[in-house]
Amino acid sequence: MTRGLLWVVAVLVALFLLAPIIAILPLSFSSGSFLFYPLPGLSLRWYADFFTSDFWLPALWNSLGIGVAAAGLATLLGTPAAFGLWRMKGAFRAIAMGVVLAPMVVPVIVVAVALLLAFGPIGLVATYTGLVIAHAALGVPFVVVTVLAALEGFDPVQLRAASACGAGPLRAFFRVCLPQIAPGVAAGAIFAFATSLDEVVIALFIAGPAQRTLPRQMFAGLNDSISLTTAAAAAVLVGLSVVLLLVVMWLQRRGQAAR
Amino acid sequence: MNRPALLTAPLLLFLLITFVAPIGAFLWRGVTDAEVAPVLPRTVAALVSWDGAATPDEAAFAALVADLRDARARDRETGIGSIPRAAARLNADRPGFRGLLPMTARRVEASIEGSMRDAVLAISEEWRDAETWGAIRRAGGPLSAFHGLMALDLRQDAAGSIRAVPDDQAVFRAVLMRSLWISLTVTAACLLLGWPIAWMIATAKGLPATLLLAAVMLPFWISLIVRTAAWMVLLQREGVVNAALGAVGVGPLALMMNRFAVVLAMVHILLPFMVLPLVAAFRGLDPRLPRAAASLGAAPWRVFLRVTLPLCLPGIGAGCVLVFIQALGFYVTPALLGGPNDQMLAWFVGFYATRSVNWGLAAALSVMLLAAVGLCVALYGKLAGFRRPGAA
Repeated sequence: MTRGLLWVVAVLVALFLLAPIIAILPLSFSSGSFLFYPLPGLSLRWYADFFTSDFWLPALWNSLGIGVAAAGLATLLGTPAAFGLWRMKGAFRAIAMGVVLAPMVVPVIVVAVALLLAFGPIGLVATYTGLVIAHAALGVPFVVVTVLAALEGFDPVQLRAASACGAGPLRAFFRVCLPQIAPGVAAGAIFAFATSLDEVVIALFIAGPAQRTLPRQMFAGLNDSISLTTAAAAAVLVGLSVVLLLVVMWLQRRGQAAR
Repeated sequence: MNRPALLTAPLLLFLLITFVAPIGAFLWRGVTDAEVAPVLPRTVAALVSWDGAATPDEAAFAALVADLRDARARDRETGIGSIPRAAARLNADRPGFRGLLPMTARRVEASIEGSMRDAVLAISEEWRDAETWGAIRRAGGPLSAFHGLMALDLRQDAAGSIRAVPDDQAVFRAVLMRSLWISLTVTAACLLLGWPIAWMIATAKGLPATLLLAAVMLPFWISLIVRTAAWMVLLQREGVVNAALGAVGVGPLALMMNRFAVVLAMVHILLPFMVLPLVAAFRGLDPRLPRAAASLGAAPWRVFLRVTLPLCLPGIGAGCVLVFIQALGFYVTPALLGGPNDQMLAWFVGFYATRSVNWGLAAALSVMLLAAVGLCVALYGKLAGFRRPGAA
């Protein structure tokens, strides 16, 4: 009895979670220009609008470019750091972990305003560099946590074996360790990319008109009047998110298979 | 050579420069004052020994005139508006200063015969008021309690005693309470809604459990702005819900720009952060323990209260803290779905930093926000313990 009731509630909650997204997606295929049902007919006009627009298309390219650059920087910095933290003990490790994880818990508005103040005098406000740096800082904790989790399944004895066979530490890392934790590193990079792709607040405060990202453009669109092009943009972002989710699931399966 | 430390060094350096230092420098503004002292150094010095009750003596007025003359000459030479900047800071303390200071600076340029005090008082009677001078003394820096007090709706008068601002000017305590209250409501709603679905995901098997988990994971990955946009499309006046209501002859209702819409969307956005720790907690629960309690004769509610709940408490606490921390810092969703009375601390931080360029107040509000988050993180550490993957 109780279990039946729990099932009903659980399914209702699942519907609550999916409903808004399911509701907005078909609207983007409407041939009319209203944001409600029933649809007058189906068309791709809003997608055509999105992909020919002088505002939306550059925003999409900005988002992808900044996301890739930020994820790359976060992965380059985060992977060796995770490896170091994995071999580390004691108070220094606790402090280092605190610093590395801080971007996950500090409210992003505080980061945005602080960076606006700090980047102003050094000319990084309204530049791609500034935005990439900020997004990389936000994405780094995800890289470190994911790589650390991947390293849990890696036996450090192999490193000693590699060293005994005459490999230097660098060679041992690249030839023995990295191939085994590669799915974790890739998943971390995707988490960092997704973080950048989602990010609105920092983009609002420190990006200029040239660096406007897709979420920032959506924020602006939502603030005055919602058009169906915004719905199409939302659908594009949902599509990207689904692709990223599938890639991460595939990587996790590979990571488990590697063990 | 310590190789692990060397490997973490680049990242730590990067975060120190791009994250820790900027936030530190920003928060520092909340406890300091740097705009007024460079413009009025002699005035600030002359006010050190002032009693804060009567209008200051001739020496303070002479210092003010000398400072303003120098500052105006300097501003003209460098093209930097240091007087307007100092005036803006003083105006935040005492409205009227934005006009008073530049106007006085302009008028004292002419040579003055006799008493500086009489000449300045002739320019504006405002200079007779002790509170005018109190504002300059409070802003004299370098350390300053002004912004911190303001963020708590308190202020210090010229004589130095601290009291609450009049009710019609009090803003920030209400904003803090509102932020805490919204976050608490959202956390409670997430726990209430998250429990059944997490329980089913943890205990059911096969396809139904996978589908439920997918229903949680998919929104988790979809960007916050998209989910906020979806709620706007649903709730706006010409939106999906009102159109459906209109078809059955109800409405249109004002579903947006209110507290309900903000809480609803925030629950939707944060629910996965509650469900995932709960699933982990329920999966870690040994199913034999509740069964043993039941076989020993405990009623179902008793099994729940005495066995299931205490065993899952760390996971529940972790989920609640995770949701609460994130809710406290929300900016975008209340900005888009809420009315003027639904904005949270984060919105005011952004407002004072950009639109009214009052960095000190923005920093003091950020300190408040960070303090609340810090308390929750400490609580999380106590409840869940900071796991150390790979520490072995």
